[in-house]
Amino acid sequence: MLTVQEDITSSAPPGARAEDYSIVTRGLTKRFRGGQVAVDHLDLAVPKGSVFGFLGPNGSGKTTTIRMLLGLVAPSEGGWELLGSPMPGGLRTALPRVGALVEGPSFYPYLSGEANLRRYDAADPTVDRRTASARIGDALDRVGLTAAARKRYRAYSLGMRQRLAIAAALLRPRELLILDEPTNGLDPQGTREVRGLVKEIAAEGTTVFVSSHLLAEIEQMCSHVAVMRAGRLAAQGPLAALRAGEAVRISVETPDVTRAEAVLKGLGLSGVRTGQDADNEVSAELGEEPAERICAELVTAGIAVRGLAVRRPSLEDVFVGLTGEGFDVAG
Amino acid sequence: MSPAEKISPNHTITATRPSVTDQVDAVENDTSSLDTSTTEVRSSGSGAVNAVGFTKRHNFLFSEVSLTFRRPRNLAMLGVLVLVPVLLGVALRTFGGPEASDGAPGIFTQITGNGLFLTFAALSILVQLLLPVSVAVVAGDSIAGEAGIGTLRYLLSVPVGRTRLLLVKYANAVVFCLVAVTAVALSSLLTGLLLFPAGPITLLSGGTIPMAEGLLRIGLVVLYVTAGMAALAAISLALSTLTEVAIGAIATTVVLVIVAQVLGAVPQLAGLRPYLLSSWWNDFDGVLRDPVATEVMGQGLLVFAAYTVIFGSIAWARFNGKDISG
Ligand SMILES: Nc1ncnc2c1ncn2[C@@H]1O[C@H](COP(=O)(O)OP(=O)(O)OP(=O)(O)O)[C@@H](O)[C@H]1O
Ligand SMILES: [Mg+2]
Repeated sequence: MLTVQEDITSSAPPGARAEDYSIVTRGLTKRFRGGQVAVDHLDLAVPKGSVFGFLGPNGSGKTTTIRMLLGLVAPSEGGWELLGSPMPGGLRTALPRVGALVEGPSFYPYLSGEANLRRYDAADPTVDRRTASARIGDALDRVGLTAAARKRYRAYSLGMRQRLAIAAALLRPRELLILDEPTNGLDPQGTREVRGLVKEIAAEGTTVFVSSHLLAEIEQMCSHVAVMRAGRLAAQGPLAALRAGEAVRISVETPDVTRAEAVLKGLGLSGVRTGQDADNEVSAELGEEPAERICAELVTAGIAVRGLAVRRPSLEDVFVGLTGEGFDVAG
Repeated sequence: MSPAEKISPNHTITATRPSVTDQVDAVENDTSSLDTSTTEVRSSGSGAVNAVGFTKRHNFLFSEVSLTFRRPRNLAMLGVLVLVPVLLGVALRTFGGPEASDGAPGIFTQITGNGLFLTFAALSILVQLLLPVSVAVVAGDSIAGEAGIGTLRYLLSVPVGRTRLLLVKYANAVVFCLVAVTAVALSSLLTGLLLFPAGPITLLSGGTIPMAEGLLRIGLVVLYVTAGMAALAAISLALSTLTEVAIGAIATTVVLVIVAQVLGAVPQLAGLRPYLLSSWWNDFDGVLRDPVATEVMGQGLLVFAAYTVIFGSIAWARFNGKDISG
């Protein structure tokens, strides 16, 4: 069920074990020098096998959280677990099973895409050297970079760079992928491809933890969502459960707004609002009423119906419902 | 027991800041246990064991070294270093060497008589600034350069382990020192033998040694100068962990070298001289005595070792606690 500013325990089913979660954080906090609290007592629980959307406006602490998960930044307070073992003690054994993209791609500009992957692969002492070429080839293939493999990274476009970063995360089979804004800088086609790739990887059983500030994007690929606001967790849970908190709405486009409003109210619908998206529009929570009956009632009442739509709540609605605010940058 | 405790039964929340990396590195020596193929080979007990184990464990060092020697900037520096002895030799051949009465160091006056002395002369010139600068460029870039382009965060999340990364970076810098000094020595030898007579060497202490032994002693000089440059590399590496701007670490190293040279040249500060790294770089003419004057060079090596240990520790302490937020 929906959780707002609540403890992790409410989103974890009773009897849940550490092994059921790819990521667990407890009271994870980062206070930067200068006093800014970028992440504030964060309690995340990312179930194994989920595609977990980590949402939040710019500056809400997503990247800082990911840096802490990977051991790049030491938390000021709190602890975390990756793949069932407590960190930071287990980083050495856990991280080879985790592929990561943190705050955009970073590579050696004077090396080719392929040589760059070879470099990161060489840094991994736990991997089988003899399979390096095959694995690098596969990774490049998966992100559609085979043709540009020998081109210097300097000459890559933004989208190609982003793809190469995803390829680096896929250099070996992973149990967990942590992707910080993986579609940043990609064209619509590229965005679709990344979504497809994420789904494909998740279907193989890999847990995917993906951050974004784009609600619509997360909505299209995630099974679970956590929403950050100014370093704090605003909500987390299965996407469907979060959505269940917001009602399905019906909206009617008509020149005769006042009378239509009266009809909807007469039918006993709640949450009737006018002129929200457009001047000649009335909307209400659908509730148990079938949409076709409402349409018939409107027509019977002699109201000119130009359009009728049933709108499932978007993540944006959920977010506004949760926080009462838009999804904008917090100071 | 609350449900939260069920999720993470052995979880401890520490209010103190645990050093993320200490614990990464604590398991460092244990990598072979993860390393299935090595284990396989080992159990078969064949002679190939060590070879496979070696390449696997040192693959990152190979990657590092090949990266260093592929960068045009580093190659250009090596080119300049190699060119200096050639220019020096040609100049001496063209204009004749200095006379001992000019007050020139003994090494220089002997070049025209024996080409092998060009090596000593070239190294004693290059060790003043050009060699230190090229070492600073490689070692100062090592961590700061990776931080600057952001590859550091990816290397650490591979994970390479912070201590291992520092060790590999330092080993790479030492390899560069050795290659640079060796290249200078070879270029000097070649130039010297082409332009000047060769033969038994007349030592500064009077006697002569055969040419073959002269070459051996040049080998000792190469190792001594490499050790001196390796100590500088440790300073540069430590500076490199303090910044994300490689040029800052490089420039600071060079400035420190120049300041040390200036301090070493002020007669009133003679008491300071033994503690300055740069004062010892040139003290390799002990090999031109019979028997080899080991005392001064031995002290030099001790100073180099002390600098290496101190600045290596600083680099380690600093890098292990560092937040990588670039
Ligand atoms: N090294 C740092 N020192 C001080 N403050 C920092 C540092 N890194 C991040 N912050 C601050 O922490 C807050 C969270 O930053 P973070 O990068 O985690 O946000 P984000 O959610 O990833 O944002 P975006 O969507 O823009 O990537 C910001 O206010 C940022 O200014
Ligand atoms: Mg970010």
